[in-house]
Parts: sequence; C-alpha cells; structure tokens
Amino acid sequence: MDETRFTIGRRALLGGAIATLSAPALLLRAARAEDEPIKIGFPTPLTGPFGAEAKDQVQCAQLAIKQFNAAGGLKGRQAELLVRDDKLNPGEAATRTLELIEKDKVACIVGALSASVQLATNEVTKARGVVYVSISQSDAITAAPDFSRTTFHEALNPHMTAGAVARHVFKPGMKVAILLADYAYGQEMAAGFRRAAEAIGGVDIVLEQKHPFGAADYSTFIPALRAAKADVVCICNFGRDQANSIKQAVDLGLKRQSKIVVPVLLYNQRLAGSADAFEGIIGGSNYYWTIEDRLPAAKAFNDAYRSETNGNTPSDYGAYGYAGVRIVLDAMRRAGSVEPDALVHELEGAHYETYKGPETMRACDHQAVQSVLILDSKAKAAMKTPSDFFDIVAVENGTEKNLRSCADLGHTVAAQ
Amino acid sequence: MIRDIAPVQIAPTRIDWPMLAQRWRVPLLAVGLAALPWIVPSQALAVNILIFGLYATGFNLLFGFTGMLSFGHAAFFGAGAYGTGIALARFGIGWFGAIGTGIAVASALALLIGALSIRSRGIYFSMVTLALAQLIYYIALQATGWTGGENGLRGLTVLTLHIGPLTLNFLDPTVKYYVILAFVVAALWAVSRLLNAPFGAAIEAIRENEGRAAACGYDVKRIKLVAFVLSGSICGLAGALNALHLSIVPIDSLSYQTSGLAVIMVLLGGAGTFFGPFIGAAIFLLIEDVFSLWTVHWQLFAGMVFILAVLFLPHGVWGTLVSWRKGREP
Amino acid sequence: MSFDLIMAQLFAGVALGAVFVLLSTGLSVIFGMLGVVNFAHGAFFMVGAYAGVFILALTGNFWIALAAVPLLVGAMGLAVERFLVRPLYGRGSDYPLLLTFGLGYVLVEVVRILFGSDGMPFETPELLTGGIDIEGLGYFQTYRLFVIGMTGLLMLCLWLLLERTRYGLIIRAASRDPEIVAVLGVDVRRVFLLVFGLGTGLAALAGLLAAPMRTVNPEMGVTVLIEAFVVTVIGGMGSLLGGAIAGMLVGIVVSLTALFMPEMSTISMFALMALVLLVRPYGLFGRGVLAR
Repeated sequence: MDETRFTIGRRALLGGAIATLSAPALLLRAARAEDEPIKIGFPTPLTGPFGAEAKDQVQCAQLAIKQFNAAGGLKGRQAELLVRDDKLNPGEAATRTLELIEKDKVACIVGALSASVQLATNEVTKARGVVYVSISQSDAITAAPDFSRTTFHEALNPHMTAGAVARHVFKPGMKVAILLADYAYGQEMAAGFRRAAEAIGGVDIVLEQKHPFGAADYSTFIPALRAAKADVVCICNFGRDQANSIKQAVDLGLKRQSKIVVPVLLYNQRLAGSADAFEGIIGGSNYYWTIEDRLPAAKAFNDAYRSETNGNTPSDYGAYGYAGVRIVLDAMRRAGSVEPDALVHELEGAHYETYKGPETMRACDHQAVQSVLILDSKAKAAMKTPSDFFDIVAVENGTEKNLRSCADLGHTVAAQ
Repeated sequence: MIRDIAPVQIAPTRIDWPMLAQRWRVPLLAVGLAALPWIVPSQALAVNILIFGLYATGFNLLFGFTGMLSFGHAAFFGAGAYGTGIALARFGIGWFGAIGTGIAVASALALLIGALSIRSRGIYFSMVTLALAQLIYYIALQATGWTGGENGLRGLTVLTLHIGPLTLNFLDPTVKYYVILAFVVAALWAVSRLLNAPFGAAIEAIRENEGRAAACGYDVKRIKLVAFVLSGSICGLAGALNALHLSIVPIDSLSYQTSGLAVIMVLLGGAGTFFGPFIGAAIFLLIEDVFSLWTVHWQLFAGMVFILAVLFLPHGVWGTLVSWRKGREP
Repeated sequence: MSFDLIMAQLFAGVALGAVFVLLSTGLSVIFGMLGVVNFAHGAFFMVGAYAGVFILALTGNFWIALAAVPLLVGAMGLAVERFLVRPLYGRGSDYPLLLTFGLGYVLVEVVRILFGSDGMPFETPELLTGGIDIEGLGYFQTYRLFVIGMTGLLMLCLWLLLERTRYGLIIRAASRDPEIVAVLGVDVRRVFLLVFGLGTGLAALAGLLAAPMRTVNPEMGVTVLIEAFVVTVIGGMGSLLGGAIAGMLVGIVVSLTALFMPEMSTISMFALMALVLLVRPYGLFGRGVLAR
C-alpha cells in the first residue's frame, strides 16, 4: 500500500503545480509501457463489520499474486494488487471502481463482499467493458439484466448453497420454518430452500418469518418460530445478523425443539460467536480448511497460506479472494494478454482447479459451477484446535443440474 | 460605531478582500472547482466533492442561513437520485428530463416533509425530519419493484449526452466532470442570487430571532417553508447528479448517515457561509480518501479531525478564516 | 393466533422495552440537564460491552463486571466532559453534537484496534441461563427477566436520586437556570461534570446488560443510538418518566408489529415517533420550552 500513497502524493503535488497546464498530466497518464505491472483492482470492505473477512480476502488475493509473480508473471510482466476500501457501501464501491479504472488503469476488478456492492461495481465495469470477477453471493448478478459479457461470478450463489443444504437436511414429511432477512440475500436464500423443498416433495413449509436487515434483537421473531413447532428452522441471513439471530434463537429455547440450519455457515461468525450457540448447527460453505485431507489442491493452498501467516488457516471468504484473483491471472497467462476480449474468451466455459477441486465457468451466465460443503458445528469439547470448528458431513459436487437453467436466468442462446 | 466607520475613512483605498470575495463568489468558486480535478487524487473524487459540496450548500441554506437543523436531508438527496434513476431506468426519459424529474420529486417531498416538520422547533424539528426521512428510507427499501431495494437501483448508465448538435462521451471522466460542474455552477448562481435578494435578508432575520422577524411583518411560517423546499430541491439536484455519476442509486442515499454527512460537512466548512459547504465537503472526502488508502483505521483520524476542528475552529474552517481576517482589521 | 403466542410476544416486547429504557435514560439525562445531544452515546454503550468482556476475562465474574463497568466508563465520561465538552458550553448545541460524533468514530476505532473488528462472544452468566417454561403461557428467558428487574430497580434509584435528595434538587435547579444556581454558591460546573459521567455510566451499563443477549461487536452502538433517540424524543427529551413509558411503548409496538407485519417492525418505531410528534410536538412528557 506504500506504493499507492506515494503515487497520490506525487500526483497531488504535480497536479497542484500545473493545475492550469493539463497537457503534462495527460502525458503522464499516457505512459503505459509493456513492462509496467499488471494491475488488478480489489475493492473490499476493510472497515466495517466484515473487516476480518476482508482482511483475509486481501491476504489470500496477495498469495495468488505472489505465486503468479514467482512463476514468472506474464512473459516477465509482474502483477500487482490495488486494494481499495469499499466500506461496504455501494456508492463508495462505485467511486473506488471508477478511480481504479480511470486513474489506475487496472486490467480487471476482483472483489466485493455484499450483494449490493458487487452489483454497483458490476454496473461500473460493465459500461466500460472491464472484466469483473465477483466473489460474494448473489443470484442477481448472473441473471439478466445485471449480467454482462465481462461479468464473472466465482462465489457460490444462494440457489446452489441453500439447495445443497436443503437436499442434505430435508426429508419428506418434515415441517420447515424459515427466518429470513428481508432483503435480496435473505429472499434468494429462502427461495433456494423453497425450490429444493418442492423438488424433494412432501416437505411442508409452515412459516416464513421475515426480519429487517441488520436487526440487533431477534427476540420478537422467535415466539412465532417456536409456535410453528417445525422440525427444521432455516435461518437465512448473513454476518452479524447470523451470529446474533443464532445466539438469540438458542437462548430463547428454539434449538431444543427444532434443528437449526443456515445456508452459509460462516467461519468468521463462528469465530465471533460461541461454540455452545453454534453447536449442532448445519450449514453450507464453499470451503473449510480440513477438506485438505481429501483434496491435494486444498492442501497446497492451505500450506501456502500457512507459510505466509505463521500457520494460520484460510477462511471461506478468504479462499474466494484467492480463487477470484487466481482465475484471471491464469486466464491472462493462457491468453498471453490482458485485453478484456481475450480474458472473456479464456474464462468462458473454462474448466479449472484452484483451491477446492474442479470448477467450471458456465458459458451462458459465467457462474462457477463448484462443490458445496455441508458443515456441522462441533461442540466445544470436540474441538481439537482453536480453529477446529466444523465437521464436513457431506460434499455435494458441482453439477449444472443444481443451477437454475440459462433460459430461467434470462439468457437466450442467440444472445451469446 | 465610530470604530466601525474609522478604517473606511483612514484607508479608503485598502482592498477589502472578504467583501471582494463575497461579490465575486460564484465566479471564484467556479474557477476553483474547474481546477479541482487536477488538484485532488482522482477525478471520481473531484466529482464527489462537487456533488456533496452542492448537497451541503442546499443543506446550508436551511441550517446555516435559516437556522433550522434538519437531520433528514438524505430524503431529498435520495429522492433526487431515485427520481432521476427511475426516470432513466424505468421510463427511458432522456438524461436532462430525468434530472428535472429528480428535482421535481425532491421538491414535492420537501414540501410535504417541510409542511409537517416546521410546526416544531429546535431539537424536535431535527427529530421530526429524522423520523420522516427514516420512513422514506424504509418505504424505498420495501418498494423493491421501483427502487431495487437493498440491492440498489441499476440500469441507468448514461453513455452519451446529446446537447444540440454536440455528442459527448459521458464515460470520459473529464467530460463528466465539466457537465456536472455546469449544473453545480448554475445552482450556485441561483443560491447566490437568492441570498442577495430580500428573501436572503428574511431568512437571516428568522435565524437571528424568530419573534422579532415575525414582529417585523415577515410571514415566518411561509418563509421557513419556502426555504425548506428550496433547500430540498438543491439537495435533490445533488442527488440527481450523483445518480448520473455513479450509474447506480444505492439505498444508502436515503440513510441517516447521508443526512449526517450534510451536517458534518457544513459544520466543518463553516455554517452560514457561501464557500464553507464546499470546503467542508472537500476536507471530509479528502480525509476519507487519503487516510483510507493509508490505514484501515482512517476513522480514528477522521474522528480526531472533527474533535480538533470543533475545539479550535468554532466557525468551521472557512468561517474561522473569515473572522480571523475581520479580526485583524484595525 | 394463540393466546400463548401473544403472551410470548408481549413478554418479548417488555424485555425489549427494558433495553430501550436503559438505552435512552443516559441520553435523556445528559440532554435534559446539559442540553447536549450526545452522539457518542451509542459508542459508550459499545465501550460498556467491551469493558464487560475485558473485566470478565480478568475476573471471570459477571457481578464484578456489573459493578465496575458503569464506574469505569462513567469515569471516562467525566474526562470527556472536563476536557472536550466543557469548552463548548455557551456555543450552541451544534458544537457538542459534532464533537461527540467525532468522539464516536474514535471510540469505535480504538475498540477495533484493541479487540479486533470481528466481534466476540459473551456468555450469559451461569446463574441466569435457561428459562421458565410455563404451560399455556410460554417460555420466559431468565436473563431477560433479570434485565427487566434491573431496569426497574435502576429507574427507581434514579428517581429517588433526582426527586428525593438534596443533590437531585441541585441538579434539577441547575438544568433550569444554571446562572441563578451559580449565584447561590453551587459549583454548577461540577454538577454538569457528574451528570455527564452519570449519563455515560448508564450507557455503559445498558451495553453490558445487552451483551449476553446480542453478540459484542464494534458496530453494536450504531443502531442503538438511533433507537435511543427515537425513544427519548417520543418520551420528551429530558423526562425520566417519559423515557420509561416511551421505551416500553416502543418495545411493545415493535414486538407486536414483528408478529403481525414483520417487514414493518423497524419502520413502526419511526412511524410511532412521527405520529407522536405530529400530535405533541415536544413528545409525550416534554416541556414546551427547552432549557437552552
């Protein structure tokens, strides 16, 4: 980040001195030699409630850059990550993305942690034909009208995640209640559970209880969930909402009568929450570090991360940061170019393995088809190390069957 | 009295800088803003300073000049943004008409909220505006079909502008900056005229003493309402320009943090001054931009700057400069 | 809609209302006495929760934390009043507002530096875990019953302090007319100092009591600040009784809308505030003319 600070200072000084003469400034900007580093813009919410996730994303993204550079870069050209704080605010993210494209001339953008931020970033990149790899969950970004030729989605989406959890937990004859945060993420997750329940058949969804996004107190939503006497309660919310609502649901006696499941069991929220509150809660994830026992790619990723961080283990959202940067760097090397058209050509329909087993970038919607891990939160007594949070109880391998169809997403064959 | 007149008689040729700056304030500010993209780190930031400077100017009209502290001005900023965005994205209205729609929506909303809130005074006025603005926020959050809800409104990217025979590439940051600047300068000119007109004297009379203004024959309620609506429509224009700039309308445009931003920027720059809002906006956004590149703990430094500014610059940066100059006069 | 569901919902509303009352009291006391709108109130709430985490880690005893946290953070409040707020008296209410806004930023960031931005768990004290399951009436969580009791006790103590002691008399008099009180030989500055300390101590206590119900994180004060404002304004700024009634009212209204119209449960608080202010522009128990 020191480099950036220097650039700003220099620009500001230069700019101040020659405010009236724009020509030299333009010349400076035009200087783009082939030996300049390949810049990758990385907006992520460093400040705010997801600071820890964001920090880990940066750590992992830097790892991908380091590996690329160590392997010789792109014909000797090195890559460089420009990290920007989007403050979890779509307006801020749009401004930062504009800056990265207009001033820093980045080759592509990777990042974002919330649905609204990634959609804002996407709106800016798509108008300017810049490749964007989103690494946060959303169903909207791969569907019309948000989708564009240069939009890629490396993260799981709510349809896949909730679907996988539902297929693991729901059995015919079950009564299911859903608590959802009343915004896109919660609604998409709830829709995922609903569609999966229909496909399984015989699952009765007895209650859909909405709560406002960012609520601090859930005690007012729990009585109705208790009264529903469901076998399974699905809690569809994210981040602090998840930790808060699980804690309060357990305190108010919900866990004693119903199985609690969540679409995404977050590594960092489990870290912030207590083992007792999370014990026995089942949820999906893109990654959990103990998968290294089964996958050599995960072992390699974990080991590389460990040697960077004195033996720590990467988190789920951190791993997305690694994969997002890695797939564009790999595409650059394959294409021998950083031009958007070449990157799109390389990424579309690509089969690759970066950290978690095989993935495919589906051609019609640029969604990474990948596995979903089903995790079960361990009791405090069963934890062997401080980061031994979950048991991997199942792995649902990636298949197009578990995605919404291209036509359903609004992509016609002619449009490709 | 004698001390007031004396310097004029002793040194009639002395240049009265504050007075001169006051007279040429719109051209001065326009020139300063025109150079901005080459002074600040990026053009996107320069556009933000323009937009939030205008937003703070609109707020200052009500707070600094009329003495009414609203905590709900995000409602008008957001209404302008959503009005413009919805006109572009849902109705396919041209960019110019869309800006007009945004201002109209913001003004109508300001009329409604103003009529309801000017019944109370002081901190209660602030709280009524906050409550009504929060209502607007939650309505917009729920009306997903119109506003995009939490995901924000998308699909309003303006690629080119057609002005008469001219076709401009709006994606070019320099073009974008100067187009937005044209709107901002026009609005500033209007505000300046308004402040010089009898209306300006009337609102300042209300700020100084409401009872006395009423006794002087001013229709206080009506003037307050007019000031409220004018303030709202300027903030609406700022919102409309922000929608064009970012090509999205985030739900945060309507949040109370956005309302707070106006208060902070105006107090930082100098309430009741013409240049203050822009200076406050520039300082705030620069701190945020530069410090957040340097450290993730930028809020620590931002907070300290506020504390120090309040303790040592009681009239804001510009206000303190002006009173310091005045104080140095013999 | 069964009877026990409505009972459970009402209980949830009262428990939530107790938190609201706790939250708004500190804000209201400072505003009522000093005319200062304390935007750092939410931050002090958060600092209270973290101070609790710290003392709990040190001593392992919730009850020690319960006694120490308000004193510790209250002392912090004293320092803030003495060195930051005091120079601003007589400059209008906008200045303390901006200052405390900045202070809120600083406090949140300092906590992030000291404790990380992740948030941390806060276990319910052993003695107060579990709940009472009354057949036909519903499930009552012990800890929430405890919070309701604590709130009642605290409000009673405050009322006794302000209305039944000599010191309370001075505080009330100083809030009405500080100049006269000063002329009578009372050190008004010390009164203001202690009132500010009291207000921040109450915010911290509210944070500590809320910690076992919610998770502890640096942003936990943000929404809380707005909620505290709403409650205070509905009750009438500066009115202790008004704040207590408004807190309960808001808690129950929010809880019942959560049952019948969950999407509206946050908005209901603001709708209530708008409604009250349109009928009674100075809140339910507010004085028409403000002290300052």
